[in-house]
Amino acid sequence: MKLMINEGSAGEKRVALDDLILTKDLPTTAGSKMLDGYVSLFEAEVATRLQKAGYTIGGKANVGEFAIDLLGETSYFGACAKEDGTLVYAANELLEKGEVCAALQMDVNGAPRRAAALAGQYYVKPTYGTVSRFGTIPVACSGETVGVAATTAETCRQVLAAVAGYDEKDGTSLPQSMYTQPKDIKKVAILADITAAADADTQAKVAAFQAFLESKGIACEKVEVECMSAAKTAWNALMAAELCNNVSRYDGVKYGYRTPNYTNIDELYTGSRTEAFGDVLKTMILFGSDVLSTNNYEKMYDKSLRIRRVVAEAFADLFTKYDCVLLPACAKQRYTVEDVKADQYLACQEALFTAPASITGLPAVIAGGVQLVGPAFSESSMLDVAQCYGKEGK
Amino acid sequence: MQKYETVIGLEVHVEMATESKIFCSCSAKFGGEQNEHVCPACCGMPGMLPIVNKHAVDLGMTAGMMLNCHINRVTTFDKKSYYYPDLPCSYQTTQWFAPVCVNGTVTIQTANGPKDIRIKQIHMEEDAGKLVHDEWTDTSLVDFNRTSVPLIEIVSQPDLSSAEEVVAYLERLRSLLRFAKVSGCRMEQGSMRCDVNLSVRPVGSTKLGVRTEMKNMNSLSAIVRAIEYETARHIDCIESGSDELVQETRRWDDIKGKSYAMRTKETAGDYRYFPDPNIMPIVIDDEWYDRIKASLPEFPEVKKERYVNELGLTEYDADQLIQSRQMCDCFEEATAQCGRAKEVANWLISDCMKILNKKQMTVDALPISGKALGKLIALVADGKVGSANGRKILAAMFEEDIDPLTYAEQNGLIISNDTDNIKAVVKAVVAADPKSVEDFKSGKEKALMALFGKCMRELKGNCDPQVLRTVLLETING
Repeated sequence: MKLMINEGSAGEKRVALDDLILTKDLPTTAGSKMLDGYVSLFEAEVATRLQKAGYTIGGKANVGEFAIDLLGETSYFGACAKEDGTLVYAANELLEKGEVCAALQMDVNGAPRRAAALAGQYYVKPTYGTVSRFGTIPVACSGETVGVAATTAETCRQVLAAVAGYDEKDGTSLPQSMYTQPKDIKKVAILADITAAADADTQAKVAAFQAFLESKGIACEKVEVECMSAAKTAWNALMAAELCNNVSRYDGVKYGYRTPNYTNIDELYTGSRTEAFGDVLKTMILFGSDVLSTNNYEKMYDKSLRIRRVVAEAFADLFTKYDCVLLPACAKQRYTVEDVKADQYLACQEALFTAPASITGLPAVIAGGVQLVGPAFSESSMLDVAQCYGKEGK
Repeated sequence: MQKYETVIGLEVHVEMATESKIFCSCSAKFGGEQNEHVCPACCGMPGMLPIVNKHAVDLGMTAGMMLNCHINRVTTFDKKSYYYPDLPCSYQTTQWFAPVCVNGTVTIQTANGPKDIRIKQIHMEEDAGKLVHDEWTDTSLVDFNRTSVPLIEIVSQPDLSSAEEVVAYLERLRSLLRFAKVSGCRMEQGSMRCDVNLSVRPVGSTKLGVRTEMKNMNSLSAIVRAIEYETARHIDCIESGSDELVQETRRWDDIKGKSYAMRTKETAGDYRYFPDPNIMPIVIDDEWYDRIKASLPEFPEVKKERYVNELGLTEYDADQLIQSRQMCDCFEEATAQCGRAKEVANWLISDCMKILNKKQMTVDALPISGKALGKLIALVADGKVGSANGRKILAAMFEEDIDPLTYAEQNGLIISNDTDNIKAVVKAVVAADPKSVEDFKSGKEKALMALFGKCMRELKGNCDPQVLRTVLLETING
């Protein structure tokens, strides 16, 4: 089990970076044979800010190939699993072992949220546009964000503060003037229909968190929002489309893996990509290509964009009455090597829980094995709740 | 009576004259060492994000306004996917869904009078790199200098019907875009290239024939030959009922004088366009729109009319000047300085052009300021500097930014009114050349010119020719 693909510096305040966040000193592989040994000429903005704030880069945490899988199982460097076959996510395992105090993770398809919930750790996925994506290997740019995992909510907050803020090198970065003041969380909506799709253990986690919230005088109400589950299908389509386009640059011409067996440019392209990409990634590339094809653009891509708007409007409607929503981050409490063998595309199903926040760019916080999703810029209020849970909830 | 008519639509690519590339800060200059103007962004390394060059948007809007287009106030960038080694990201960022300009017109002059050619749209996009094929080692090398240089693609409606009209249209585009400083439009450097869409149909038919496209044409004469060849080929196919006429992209081989099939509609790739999520929609507010509107130059023919009617230039001189915006700007500035439009036109058209030609520079690179030229012309017209010395000063102005009067003073090029000095010089010259004096006295007018020239040289040109002539005659005639 390879947790760190490349060890960084020793020292105080070590932070692990998902291996999609570019560093100049260490290679960045995106968990793919294609980029095995690839060293970037420049560093991610978050890595620069992190070091400026006095943190050290502890190393590059193993991720699934381009971070679209369940828990890193598609990594070229191998899945991370316990002896009993339970899948773990590298960054969270590093936190668990105390090797790092925090991890910066790319949330493309919800894996870091899922993993933090399973590990009983904390994770904050910030509002889209508040943390620079400059220097992160692009996968699904319209929804992916850099988030922070840690064993306490307070650490999540501190590390997030170190890396967040406007960056002129990222065209989607929000200027500080657009930030709004978050409200304290007094009323929470529980997404009942999505919660019902999870198993009994997971539902029990949601119920326990509800009980904690109510013990703090925070009112909880069950709501059913039909369109929320459509976020899954729509995000899978958008993610695959953007992924397909973003990984098209890995063609064996300029850098990365190149097949030794070619006699012309077409063989160079197909040979390099066939030999260096894994099966799940290839499937997603084909799916994404199909989504964007002239025949399907209206039916799939454009429709997914419309679903994105409908989901965003449904959230906006909820936030007129509630300060955030509560839902599970995954369907069950343990996933094994056998599970992903039986269904390689399990992550696409699990997107039911994570896609609503991915597709809308809304902030999410993981605490107590469950997920809070709030309006834009509400992550600090949700972290208040998570911090309180850390002290009093367990 | 002609049996067939040709229907032509053009897609013209023009490189915009920005300092830097469209999505990164690399230089957009033509040339340079191979792969000199590249950075991680324009050579497709992961992690760089596109930041739109606002000046490119300014120039895109300018082009649209020059061609009477509607400007889309919300314009977006989209990704177009295809694999080619000169395209480092394997996608090109272009405008597919909401191009910056739509629905324009360009008026051209034809044998049958003016004709409006409709513009469907103008969109901005990034250029691709260049492949260099080495036949010797049988390899291809990639040069990314041109990658991400900003382009506009001007798409016309199929309103053109002959090679002559195509040439008139391209020349008109070139003139307008150069005037507005959108681009140098140099076909030989590839900063203006053109795809020709052509079909043929019986005269009177309203249905379009089978269309073929010839890509990346970069000289007017090649375009004319290609259109003539392709038109004849279409007619042959129609007449013989050949099944060789299919919708396809063809390559024009100007040396062989033939076009060859490249790819048909069936084998053409699906570009899988979608909006680039890393580039927020660009909103052109009233302030931005008005700023560009206010910056537009007069159209060349409006300038010509003004030069002839208000400033008294000949049609010929005015035509010479309006070939280039730089010439016009210099002319107008110099005229404002010295008030002598005709002289300014002469200096520009003959003297400045001579120097430019000698230096193998184009008019767009005219390095002198109109203000300085105006001052120089005033010095000569006021009799302060002789005309030959004026040309010397002009030559110096092409080398460095100088003030003509200061330069004349420092280099002893000011006409002197010191008649004693003139008399002394003339006396010495006449004394040293008794033969010429004799020749003149015996009726050879040319001999006087020789003496005059010698005196002028001695005086370094700093003498009013009338004064010198008088003194010379007085001295000879005793």
